[in-house]
Amino acid sequence: MSNPKDVIVIQGGRVIDPASGIDGIRTVLLREGKVAAVAERVDVPAGARVVDARGRWVTPGFIDLHVHLREPGQEYKESVATGTRAAVAGGFTAVCAMPNTVPANDNTSVTELMLARAAAAGLARVYPIGAVTKGRKGEELAEYGELKAAGCVALSDDGSPVMSSALMRRALEYSRAFGLPIAVHEEDLHLVGKGVMNEGAAATRLGLKGVPAQAEDVMVLRDLSLLELTGGRLHLCHVSTAGSVRALREARRRGLPVTAEVTPHHLALTDEDVARSDYDPDFKMNPPLRTAEDVKALQEGLADGTIDAIATDHAPHSPEEKKLEFDAALNGVLGLETAFPVCLDLVRQGLLTERRLVEALTVGAARCFGLPGGTLAVGSPADVAVLDPTLAWVVDPMRGFSKSRNTPWKGRTLTGRCTHAFVGGRLVHEAGVAP
Amino acid sequence: MIGRHRHLIALEGLSREEILQVLDLAVSMKEVLSRPVKKVPSLRGKNVVNLFFETSTRTRSSFEIAAKVLSADSLNWTAAQSSTTKGETLLDTAKNLEAMRPDVLVVRHSASGAPNFLARHVGCSVVSAGDGAHEHPSQGLLDCFTLRERFGSLEGRTVAIVGDISHSRVARSDLHSLPKLGAKVRLCGPPTMIPQGIERLGATVHHDLRTAVEGVDAVIMLRIQHERIGDPLIPNTREYSKFWGLNARKAADWLKEDAVILHPGPINRGVELSSDVADGPRSVILDQVQNGVAVRMAILYLLAGGAGDDRAEKVSA
Repeated sequence: MSNPKDVIVIQGGRVIDPASGIDGIRTVLLREGKVAAVAERVDVPAGARVVDARGRWVTPGFIDLHVHLREPGQEYKESVATGTRAAVAGGFTAVCAMPNTVPANDNTSVTELMLARAAAAGLARVYPIGAVTKGRKGEELAEYGELKAAGCVALSDDGSPVMSSALMRRALEYSRAFGLPIAVHEEDLHLVGKGVMNEGAAATRLGLKGVPAQAEDVMVLRDLSLLELTGGRLHLCHVSTAGSVRALREARRRGLPVTAEVTPHHLALTDEDVARSDYDPDFKMNPPLRTAEDVKALQEGLADGTIDAIATDHAPHSPEEKKLEFDAALNGVLGLETAFPVCLDLVRQGLLTERRLVEALTVGAARCFGLPGGTLAVGSPADVAVLDPTLAWVVDPMRGFSKSRNTPWKGRTLTGRCTHAFVGGRLVHEAGVAP
Repeated sequence: MIGRHRHLIALEGLSREEILQVLDLAVSMKEVLSRPVKKVPSLRGKNVVNLFFETSTRTRSSFEIAAKVLSADSLNWTAAQSSTTKGETLLDTAKNLEAMRPDVLVVRHSASGAPNFLARHVGCSVVSAGDGAHEHPSQGLLDCFTLRERFGSLEGRTVAIVGDISHSRVARSDLHSLPKLGAKVRLCGPPTMIPQGIERLGATVHHDLRTAVEGVDAVIMLRIQHERIGDPLIPNTREYSKFWGLNARKAADWLKEDAVILHPGPINRGVELSSDVADGPRSVILDQVQNGVAVRMAILYLLAGGAGDDRAEKVSA
């Protein structure tokens, strides 16, 4: 890989940088790990590496607010190295690592380990997310101050929602001392019961136990209500229901400090796809795929800015955990390598503008957690994605960079792919070139 | 093959013609069962493995007798005796059984979709003997057979299904077959037992038993499983029985003269069905059991037989 002191010139591409309002053919100059220039004409310095980006998009490197890197503890599914390799292959130059590791990231030693592994891998930037409660058990607050000092950018108990309203209230209050957002996986576990997919006509036909949309809605409403009492910053992870979008829109209208993300799979697939898949656990995730009406509400919410960011909820699992009865298989799907083409399809369908798509993958995400990057403004870190929006490719899970293969897009032809990714001015991914 | 199908996993994907193919053949099979020597050589040298991950007496015995009458060899593999308790996956169990070269794998499993999963991964034909709350196709077919035997045709008939529809694979298989034969279906039960979106399968939904059964030709009463009480779908069996159970008085007051009562068994006497109805003149519950063998013979024959179009004649000859 190249030296960070190298000069890189990305020529002739369509630069889409919503943060600085640029959308047009520009040349981008990267020098000493920073964006040095974005202009219609840039003189190529001697010895510079030139990337021909004609016909391609040049955007800030994508930022994923929701990734499961599985290290420490579940390295058979993924590691920081393989997860960040998959990230850069998908155009993501920064990922937020969820704390449901083993042990949980509820203390600085786990945070430090994640950061050390990320530095050793030298691929995407990793921003750890600390736990809201010790061991993610929903009983006692974790040490937010220490977690922040060690490098955590947000707090979350992710898949284990804090069911106690009293504890959630205190978490929101206490987090204010450190300015850390609390990212919530909204799910009333009593309403979920043993449900494995969205409750509705598809689940009824399949005979699978359903999870009503209200399992998410009631928790979103609870936390928005608590937020009025406590202040603090709330971030809704992977919203999946029309009810969540409605509540969010209303809360934002009233100026509550809440942000939200949505996943590519919730934007593109419905519970009818579970039926069409014939009980394929690669269509099983949490929250589950919802109805066409929910998908429409999510697309609209993303388009009008009610939802800030696209996040993948990249959740690798081994075949032993997925090649099972639907009921027995674990929740979760891969997302990093397929997010861009899946979401680009919404643009092709006229549901999303190109600018809004890039915004949700870059600066929209960065703002949720107050992260650096997400822009090509001169002086910013040289985190850049070069994307071919017309390149069609067949998803072959055996050829992905993740350790795992659990993708609902397997065998599908997707259009759009990252061809180059730069982190701090270093080329960390080039399509078709072995790492 | 049943029509285009190598497996019988669900009635959802079966056409009217494919359903009739099984039912028509089952008529010949039933004749075989009435002979003094109940044995035909049709499936000699074929292996049928009954792979049961859930306890079952009726369905497993029925498949076993069906295989035996057709001279197939059958093996019962139940979860209690298998390695599943030692942590073997469903796929490994299936692959091991497949290595023993069965022609048909009859599977019952508590997980919906388990037979679909097996069918994707094994080479032999897979017959579902009930999976979770998904389907119980042979039960749906034997219900159709029993009603057809009684009424000749199901065209214009109305059937009420009463009970815990949400957990019932029988109700789903009935819903995917009876309307294809021309019958209308009404579903009845407390709202907690009616799953979301079931009306999209072409049934009307009722919560009042009287209006549900008024004017119908048949009532299929479903078993109330004790684990549902306090789930909390219903407060107790006493209240359930009072509002959704059928007894001789309600049957006499509300049902048409010639309406029949079906039940997939085993009956909770005194809960969904009183003994005077279960054992009364309207009951065709034991016909269902007998017809079940004939229908399962037809299923095994079509999937393992591999004969030409004259197969029905060959059996009855």
